Amino acid sequence: MRNLLAFITKYNAFFLFLIFEVSALLIYIKYNSFQKATFLNSQNQVTGTMYAQVSEFKSYLRLKDVNDSLARENAKLRGMLKSSFYVDTAEKHKVADTVYKQQYTYVVARVINNSTNQSNNYITINRGSRDGIGKDMGVICGDGVVGMITAVSDHYSVIKSLLHSKSQFSAMLAKDRSVGSFIWGTDLNPRKGLLSLQNDAKPTMGETVVTSGYSLFPTGIPFGKITNLHAKEGGLLLNVEIDLSVDFAKLQYVYVVVNKYAPEQAGLEAVEVK
Amino acid sequence: MGRTIIINAIRFLLLVFMQVFLLKNVTFYNLSTPYFYILFILLLPFETPNALLFILSFILGLTVDAFYDTPGLHAAACVVLALVRILFINITVQKEGFDNEPEPTLSIMGFRWFFTYATVLTLAHHFFLLNLEVFRLSEIQYTLSRVILSSVFTVFLMLISGLLFFKRKERK
Repeated sequence: MRNLLAFITKYNAFFLFLIFEVSALLIYIKYNSFQKATFLNSQNQVTGTMYAQVSEFKSYLRLKDVNDSLARENAKLRGMLKSSFYVDTAEKHKVADTVYKQQYTYVVARVINNSTNQSNNYITINRGSRDGIGKDMGVICGDGVVGMITAVSDHYSVIKSLLHSKSQFSAMLAKDRSVGSFIWGTDLNPRKGLLSLQNDAKPTMGETVVTSGYSLFPTGIPFGKITNLHAKEGGLLLNVEIDLSVDFAKLQYVYVVVNKYAPEQAGLEAVEVK
Repeated sequence: MGRTIIINAIRFLLLVFMQVFLLKNVTFYNLSTPYFYILFILLLPFETPNALLFILSFILGLTVDAFYDTPGLHAAACVVLALVRILFINITVQKEGFDNEPEPTLSIMGFRWFFTYATVLTLAHHFFLLNLEVFRLSEIQYTLSRVILSSVFTVFLMLISGLLFFKRKERK
């Protein structure tokens, strides 16, 4: 017994190392697979508040860019208004339209923490479950798709951005609507993504890639434009390289997509699986 | 003793702030990202007990993790760093010679020793951190180039900060 104690005290550095290393790795693995340790990330009260204050200051430096992008978006939306179309019939009547029901609503949120140079990038925003945000909702901005909500607290939520090694979204070519899946490229470049298509699809250079409507987003939100038709040779699928339309380094305001019929669809699909 | 604690507490806060609000946004071509906060572990006094050293490394790692949204990743790397530090100091430093110069800083230990110390420890930390983050052997070449270039950046910052706080002292 005394020998054992002497042995442990002599090599105490190694045993301490084992204890701390194992506990650190346990936290790491546990968080990665279950995302349980939610108190340890940037949506908790302390780090969330600190990030919010720093971003409050930083947002002043980017006011001009934000204004420009908002003005652009306003102009685009104004073009879609009914009043900006020329009415071709003389007759006018009112119809109480019950064909359309609102499916998607949008919650605007400010980015308070953002990274683009890790191999798994997350974004924190200043809206949480009190504003109607839930897990697995899609997030977009004026330029295109941003990511998906992975964790929510009362006032903050964390987004897994497109720039994440495990991000995967359903996407399609804007012209012929062939569906594929979008992933981030393997070289950690924050401006590029990859789209895997079936081999019979015919993508063209400069074509826009948009969301397909099979997943969390409404149809037609852009991912970006095709810049390289043969990004990765070999394999069963056709891989094309995409220039992302969102500049993640300058992200300031995002919209969380709330799909009113998502619970209904998820419930139905869960029944199908059984 | 009290002075050492205060200085190290201030250093802890300063380095964590710098890392998460400034250096987190700095990168060269997605290859070179500095992890400068480990300077805190490097500059702890020589006579820090091993248990305290590991506890502090673990806490430092978790603090940075809280801001990087990667619980456990930096903590694991910092604990490895603490072990490498203990081994390196055991091999290279005779403790009797430095009873009144207790900190491994650039001004006390000289350029050559501090440079080797910083390089070895930074390489160990970055190698472990980046490989654990990627966790794929197929990209080992790319990860290794990231390790080396990031280490160059971090060591460069450490040397600059060492020269910035350089105190000329008589060595016995």
